[in-house]
Amino acid sequence: MNLNELYTQIITENSRSKENRHPVEGATHSLEGVNPSCGDDITLQLRVKDGKIEDAGFIGSGCAISQASASLMIDLVKGRTVEDAHRLISLYFQMIKGKITPEELDDLEDVAALQGIAHVPARVKCAVLAWHTLEEALDGEGKTDKVTTEEEA
Amino acid sequence: MNWTADFPILAADENGNRLVYLDSAATTQHPMQVLNAVVDYYTKENANPHRGVYELAMRATDAHEGARHTVAQFFNAEDDEIVFTQNTTESLNLVAYSYGMNFLHEGDEIVISVAEHHSNMVPWQRVAKATGAKLVYMYPGENGRLTTEELDKKITPKTKVVAVAMVSNVLGLRAPVEEIVKRAHAVGAVVVLDCAQSAPHTPVDVKKLDVDFAACSAHKLYAPMGVGALYARAGLLEKMPPFMSGGDMIGAVHESGATWADGPRKFEAGTRNVGGEVGFAAAIDYMKGIGWEAMETHEHALLDRMLAGMRAMPWLTVYGEPVAEGRYGVVSFNVNDVHPHDVATILDAGGVAVRAGHHCAQPLMEFLGIGSCCRASVAIYNTPEDVDALLENLENVRKVMGL
Repeated sequence: MNLNELYTQIITENSRSKENRHPVEGATHSLEGVNPSCGDDITLQLRVKDGKIEDAGFIGSGCAISQASASLMIDLVKGRTVEDAHRLISLYFQMIKGKITPEELDDLEDVAALQGIAHVPARVKCAVLAWHTLEEALDGEGKTDKVTTEEEA
Repeated sequence: MNWTADFPILAADENGNRLVYLDSAATTQHPMQVLNAVVDYYTKENANPHRGVYELAMRATDAHEGARHTVAQFFNAEDDEIVFTQNTTESLNLVAYSYGMNFLHEGDEIVISVAEHHSNMVPWQRVAKATGAKLVYMYPGENGRLTTEELDKKITPKTKVVAVAMVSNVLGLRAPVEEIVKRAHAVGAVVVLDCAQSAPHTPVDVKKLDVDFAACSAHKLYAPMGVGALYARAGLLEKMPPFMSGGDMIGAVHESGATWADGPRKFEAGTRNVGGEVGFAAAIDYMKGIGWEAMETHEHALLDRMLAGMRAMPWLTVYGEPVAEGRYGVVSFNVNDVHPHDVATILDAGGVAVRAGHHCAQPLMEFLGIGSCCRASVAIYNTPEDVDALLENLENVRKVMGL
């Protein structure tokens, strides 16, 4: 394992970034995502209006991978349509499985920094927590609930 | 002395790299002596014990009962005070279900420490819920050790069971077992000792400690997974109803009901893991060959070296008093501002295997005010070089994280 591919500057800095770490005013969706075995725990909040993600934020704690992944995800999907967000979520899961084309990877922008996780199976569940939570939140019409990625392990 | 060569999984690869395995508190590796004993059993003695009348079945019965004798001696107990189980978890569940569920009532109290492994906590939570007994938690002091004041406060005439780990799987510190037993017996309570983390490192003499139950797992002391033991003081097993029921645990079965086998067999339903038991006995023989004094001296020196290195790292926090005295096997820690899973991944990249997580002790994590931590644990095959590899790689952690 090459640590420099895993813990890139984008990941270490975003893992500590406060920018997206806040509750969302007038949130229409709020969902907690947990990895029971390692204790990663994030609550994702969204304000969706007219099919568009107007604002998004998260609060929680966990490893650098889970926290950077949540923050980078919010940077990517904020301001986009729900439909587009679903497309990006699918691309992200493709990337984590190591099955993505260079063109598709471009669409993920800075999130591509998490590409190295594909080679570290033990940390995949950290990387997908926020994304599963987003997917469930968008599908669940804003019910406040809990989602877990434990089966991913 | 260096025992590493006995453990094939720890041999260096063609590039001279060797796994620095510091997760023995989760499970130990196995010496050839144990692996050979298991192969010998399956090549020469395997049949279903206590069933066949043919010679091979007799040999399997001898292997099963011979292993029980070795385990009994290990605990300084009698053969009929030892029940074979799958592991410590099953041993503790057996006590909780067969003793706790039947002999505890509303108004009684069960006393455990907040530092217990979930396996010595969740079964008691269930017993408390089912019987109406109250579960009372003891809390360690500043240095991670239980104080006599806390024992005096929590062990009262209402106490019927005190269940504690002899050595905490997170803090690594030995509980004041003698002080606990004195107070528990004075009020007529039984003492259940979880020896999962102590039996691999220091003698568990149940007569000298005067405990009523003791549980351990073979896989944490150089033997295969899937076998463990429960010691129960003579007389206790007789009054307890069976835990699981079925084959081989019966006296006689009729349409109208059944009677139970005598002694430990009442608690050994179904075909046993005899190969594992043989490995368990071989591991005890292996440890006996080394001797407690040599083992304790070797492991104490490793912990002393590790803690000295860690005390010099101002950005690292050790849980429990950071000294090797009264500590067995385990050092838990966090690198400040870095999540334990990231620490473990970075150490792994340097060839060092440590555990990161809540260590099946979530209430202790809450008590310590942390979500999780890293744990480095040592066994007889570790060397000072292993400890140095851990310390060197720790120096790298904050740099990798850009701190």
